Amino acid sequence: MTARSTASLRETVVVTGLGATTPLGGDVASTWAGMLAGRSGVVPLTDSWAERLPVRIAARAAVDPAEIVGRVQARKLDRCEQLALVAARAAWADAGIDDIDPERLGVSVSSGIGGISSTITAYDNLNSRGWDRISPYTVPMLMPNGAAGWISMEIRAQAGAHSPVSACASGSEAIGYGMDMIRSGRADVVVAGGTEAAIMALNIGAFAAMRAMSKRNDEPERASRPFDKARDGFVLGEGAGILVLESLSHARRRGATIYAIAAGAGYSSDAHHISHPAPDASGAIAAIGRALADGGVSAEQVVHVNAHATSTPEGDALEAQGVAKALGSAADDVIVTSTKSMTGHLLGGAGAVESVAAIMALRDKVAPPTINLEDLDESVPLRIATEPTPLTRRGNAPMAVLNNAFGFGGHNVALVFTTA
Amino acid sequence: MTEQEILEGLGEIVEEIAGVPAADVTPAKSFVDDLDIDSLAMVEIAVAAQDKFGVEIPDDQLKDLATVQDVVTFVIKNTES
Repeated sequence: MTARSTASLRETVVVTGLGATTPLGGDVASTWAGMLAGRSGVVPLTDSWAERLPVRIAARAAVDPAEIVGRVQARKLDRCEQLALVAARAAWADAGIDDIDPERLGVSVSSGIGGISSTITAYDNLNSRGWDRISPYTVPMLMPNGAAGWISMEIRAQAGAHSPVSACASGSEAIGYGMDMIRSGRADVVVAGGTEAAIMALNIGAFAAMRAMSKRNDEPERASRPFDKARDGFVLGEGAGILVLESLSHARRRGATIYAIAAGAGYSSDAHHISHPAPDASGAIAAIGRALADGGVSAEQVVHVNAHATSTPEGDALEAQGVAKALGSAADDVIVTSTKSMTGHLLGGAGAVESVAAIMALRDKVAPPTINLEDLDESVPLRIATEPTPLTRRGNAPMAVLNNAFGFGGHNVALVFTTA
Repeated sequence: MTEQEILEGLGEIVEEIAGVPAADVTPAKSFVDDLDIDSLAMVEIAVAAQDKFGVEIPDDQLKDLATVQDVVTFVIKNTES
């Protein structure tokens, strides 16, 4: 097979560091513990700006990143950049790389929306106080590549800092881009992931105008319910997830601890509608198939899928049918979860945080639950975990986990991780 | 306003914006070389100084204010008239 022979010639990419700050916790350990405990991070929005909105719930980051980066840096970084920096520092420390040529170190960190709060604050200042009262940091705060730039300075990465933007697939696409940087020989190590901090009036109003959000305001913790019959839209979350990707040869030379192999990335675009998925899930099916082919992974190796499933009526059912088709008969044994039931939807941070979750599931051989799944939609032909579920290998090939991420614009990204 | 009061006021601004302890904001210090303040933070400091001391600092003169003493002198000169 062509895909296999290509895979055997290029550098293998491994994951040697993880970082996250999410609605469930300020780091990977607390986030993962929260997921296994089936804890919801969704809270009521008590801010006065929320009163005029139909949606008054969201999943706030558990730890305020401004408290960690400090007052002076917080003035210069949008909240989404602060979250990314916090997660990147943790991932970098976790990887424990003491010595690397800056020319061989890259960054690929993206955001779906960028510094939307900074944009609005600056616009308000412009109108009320004049142009010279806008923070001179406004442009670097609003640009979606800001986080990548700040992280590159923090770790002195000079191989390139990138931010492939694809709405809610951005975090996954950034990881895929980071894998490509290593495979193509441009870098030995890439800090990759996604971030978002968009819990504010305009953003919630705009998603509500699309009728995409849950209005279960009276029951915040029960609002995000992927695959459940009573789901009524997504719950907005915020946070960041970061992986340290490294060539296997570099990781071996320094005796690094390896979490997983970043085996494959698959992309497709629906070319169908700007926000609705293709009705036959063809884009999702293509992305999953390409990710498996890219990694030389068979459907039978896949034991767990961290689904994109955001809790929208249309999206969850189509994704489930797409996963079932893409994996064929092997899908019957796969344990599927949507951790968005607990974290809400982190938009550009989603694919990255969920990749962290998928890798932790692979490491601990357990799939976290999908909470609030009380009445499974009968159009979902998959085994959805409702409690922590052990993952067991089938046959002798390494276990694989799949992470899906889809974004408005028809972007589909699937990532496959396997045991090292 | 005395020179000492201006110096102290400027120290508070620099500490707030750039995180440099006010006590380190002494007359001979260069903003760029000694206090590690970049051009964007310098714009913020100038705007805050204008508000605090009631002076106008035009952009073409801001680039000449290299040291703490330069700003103090500028404020004194432009609040006298």
